[in-house]
Amino acid sequence: MTAELRTTAGQSLYPRLEPLLAQVQKPIQYVGGELNAQLKPWETADVHWALMYPDAYEVGLPNQGLMILYEVLNERPDVLAERTYAVWPDLAALMREHGVGQFTVDGHRAVRDFDVLGVSFATELGYTNLLEALDLAGIPMHVVDRDESHPVVVAGGHAAFNPEPVADFVDCAVLGDGEQAVGDITDVVKAWKAQGRPGGREELLARLARVDGVYVPRFYAVTYGPDGTIAAVTRTRDDVPERVGKRTVMDLDEWPYPKTPLVPLAESVHERMSVEIFRGCTRGCRFCQAGMITRPVRERTITGIGSMVEQGLKATGYEEVGLLSLSSADHSEIGQVAKELADRYEGTNTGLSLPSTRVDAFNVTLANELSRNGRRSGLTFAPEGGSERIRRVINKTVSKEDLVRTVTTAYANGWTQVKLYFMCGLPTETDEDVLEIAELAVEVIRAGREASGRKDIRCTVSIGGFVPKPHTPFQWAAQASAETIDHRLRVLRQAINADRRIGRSIGLRYHDGKPGVIEGLLSRGDRRVGRVIERVWREGGKFDGWSEHFSFGRWTQAAAEELAAFGVDLDWYTTRERTEHEILPWDHLDSGLDKEWLWDDWQDAISEEEVADCRWTPCYDCGVCPTMGTEIQIGPTGRSLLPLTVV
Amino acid sequence: MARQPEGPPPPPTVQKLRIRYAKRGRLRFASHRDLARALERALRRAQVPMAFSAGFSPHPKISYLGAAPTGSASEAEYLEIGLARRCDPEAVRAALDAALPVDIAVLEAVEAAEGTGSLADRIDTSVWRLELPGLGLAELQSAVASFLARDVVTVAKRTKNGLKDIDARPAVASASAAEEAGCAILHMVVRQGTPAVRPDDVLAALAAVADLRPPSPPRAVRVAQGRLDDTGTVADPLGPDRMASTRCQGEPATV
Repeated sequence: MTAELRTTAGQSLYPRLEPLLAQVQKPIQYVGGELNAQLKPWETADVHWALMYPDAYEVGLPNQGLMILYEVLNERPDVLAERTYAVWPDLAALMREHGVGQFTVDGHRAVRDFDVLGVSFATELGYTNLLEALDLAGIPMHVVDRDESHPVVVAGGHAAFNPEPVADFVDCAVLGDGEQAVGDITDVVKAWKAQGRPGGREELLARLARVDGVYVPRFYAVTYGPDGTIAAVTRTRDDVPERVGKRTVMDLDEWPYPKTPLVPLAESVHERMSVEIFRGCTRGCRFCQAGMITRPVRERTITGIGSMVEQGLKATGYEEVGLLSLSSADHSEIGQVAKELADRYEGTNTGLSLPSTRVDAFNVTLANELSRNGRRSGLTFAPEGGSERIRRVINKTVSKEDLVRTVTTAYANGWTQVKLYFMCGLPTETDEDVLEIAELAVEVIRAGREASGRKDIRCTVSIGGFVPKPHTPFQWAAQASAETIDHRLRVLRQAINADRRIGRSIGLRYHDGKPGVIEGLLSRGDRRVGRVIERVWREGGKFDGWSEHFSFGRWTQAAAEELAAFGVDLDWYTTRERTEHEILPWDHLDSGLDKEWLWDDWQDAISEEEVADCRWTPCYDCGVCPTMGTEIQIGPTGRSLLPLTVV
Repeated sequence: MARQPEGPPPPPTVQKLRIRYAKRGRLRFASHRDLARALERALRRAQVPMAFSAGFSPHPKISYLGAAPTGSASEAEYLEIGLARRCDPEAVRAALDAALPVDIAVLEAVEAAEGTGSLADRIDTSVWRLELPGLGLAELQSAVASFLARDVVTVAKRTKNGLKDIDARPAVASASAAEEAGCAILHMVVRQGTPAVRPDDVLAALAAVADLRPPSPPRAVRVAQGRLDDTGTVADPLGPDRMASTRCQGEPATV
């Protein structure tokens, strides 16, 4: 980047940024000052954290993970934590022209001045935005080119369970829950600084590598065999762990974050506050990385939920509360939570909602209860697979009859819009499995019209291509090609439109197969893929999660040219099925899941055998609890929500 | 038959308050939609007893009057709210002000007086103050003079349908140049109307007539809004309500 005018550490760049803001789209996203934002004097802190969500502000601001860490860190008097987001190309060009570096929105301080840059990767498509931010910040892109004056770049979030594709760019990755890990990292950085930075950056990273849950890629060497697969991953220092295990926060009631959620002035993707009602999921859906890597289930108690909702509403003024988790209807006291919250907020125009739920008649009752005080418009179910057969493969079993009955019940209860989430390109899938989605949708509309006596009900089928993820039973699976996905979506669309009288009540929302292929490359990639990411960024690639910025051609060409030297290619990473004993790039990163169990579950998937949830059936030895020293924490607690005192 | 929500209809509006607020500092970059969201959330946090519209998605009764453009600060934005319970206007003002970010200030709240007409009818003009850092006073003075000397100054305005030519001259009732702390200042009184002439359009007009090109983006502040009378004075749009309330005090209540 152009020579940045160096300033005193921690000084605000705002006076130089302000004239640029008058020239860009939606400038409000760059000014900070959100309700509940925090701004501390630079000098009061020993350790300065810049927390980044590598996507646009409107997507990044509502991110719960980042909001939690922002509060947890700022509660420490010796820490200052500020936020930074991906800058749109219009402002990025002006920043380069005027020598203004990547900045935080809280204090408009240069990211370059911070001790730690924490980046939360919910999706791999944010990787190019990390490179863009590093470049704008004036931080050397490659780990090897950084010295002790540069921030430590730490990756977190679900994608950090395979950080190998970004191993050249991130100094460390934190596996699992971040609440306690960020404190431990802070302690290490603080001590190293106080001691006068002994041993430079190498020593700091070596100390970090000994923190539970922290993986420092540079201390692990990867070698490859003649067939392109990994031959070995070996430690280069004997004082770092052979395998790095994930962090798990136990007792969610002790971590009631965010206590004061940020409320943006700018429009964001979630205009509501969220309360995480439990973490982890053991339903065992085989495609679901989140469910696999966040085990075991840890519930927040009904009283813990009640006080977070109340405090959060007071602190934000939001009119809607989302009860968040991977499968919210599975909370052991969800019925009571829903009823008592609806009672409490009766007559206040406060809406309560659940994210998409499993297809279950009980969930309609729940949704009815939650919508008592607000709107009853749309209800979302996630059957994920089109046919009963494929639903057995992915272990998300629901019969066609139950599915139709549940959706019909929703229409009969006054819900006019039902959205159904599906995936295509699942292992063993054929065109017939996908075509069953059309049959299902038609039947749902027919039965729904009859049950509700209305013609204006709608069903939206939302469908995307499946991407196999690390640490799941499908980590060995061949990903369907973009052509296969696009073909199946095409035949599905034709089938839905075959009968116009029904078809006009069915909406189809889908994404073409191309971005999924690149997500697949980045998800199951190894260190060699880093070259592809860098090449794509150098050729202008960023905001890859946005269809108007994503260029499939740029990715395929970069992959072809950068991977050829290694004798592998895009297909090798995506559509190739892995064998049982192949060393996977993330095998030295421990989610607690036993690799043999994962393999057996993969074999069970192929033979369409289901596995039950360990919350209400015996343990099936996935390995997580004994490996991580954790246990399932669920109710019922038998407690109830006290009425609030009248103000 | 159209479906109706269960339960009784929401309580009616029993009192209307007219509010003047400012957007300052960094929040000049907030758009009208951004401000509206912030205000509605602040009303909830401040527990102002808003009246709501009926129907499946009840909305609080708020009406906004013409908002200053994104990027412009303002000391004179107006809105009107309907309350379901009578409140002391000053208590509402203070509570709302406390619930908003510091760069949004709630400056005045008065009860809308019956029979004095709508607020919108009392606003047809904006008073602007533009700081033009890096520009010389003489240069600005001469540009303003050439602009005022013209009958028509055509500028291209960006609209939803692309660029459109408008005449920026007739809307400008008066304009003058000054200097404060070494910074050139443009004061102007601009009539609101269609097509809207905004500070950017006047600057484009100054560029057109005198090739005036500020080296860095100007900072615009809307200082006042109201009705322009024949003497060139802009009247306070809350004046008639304030007059009425001094004659007849509303029941005070706490928020």
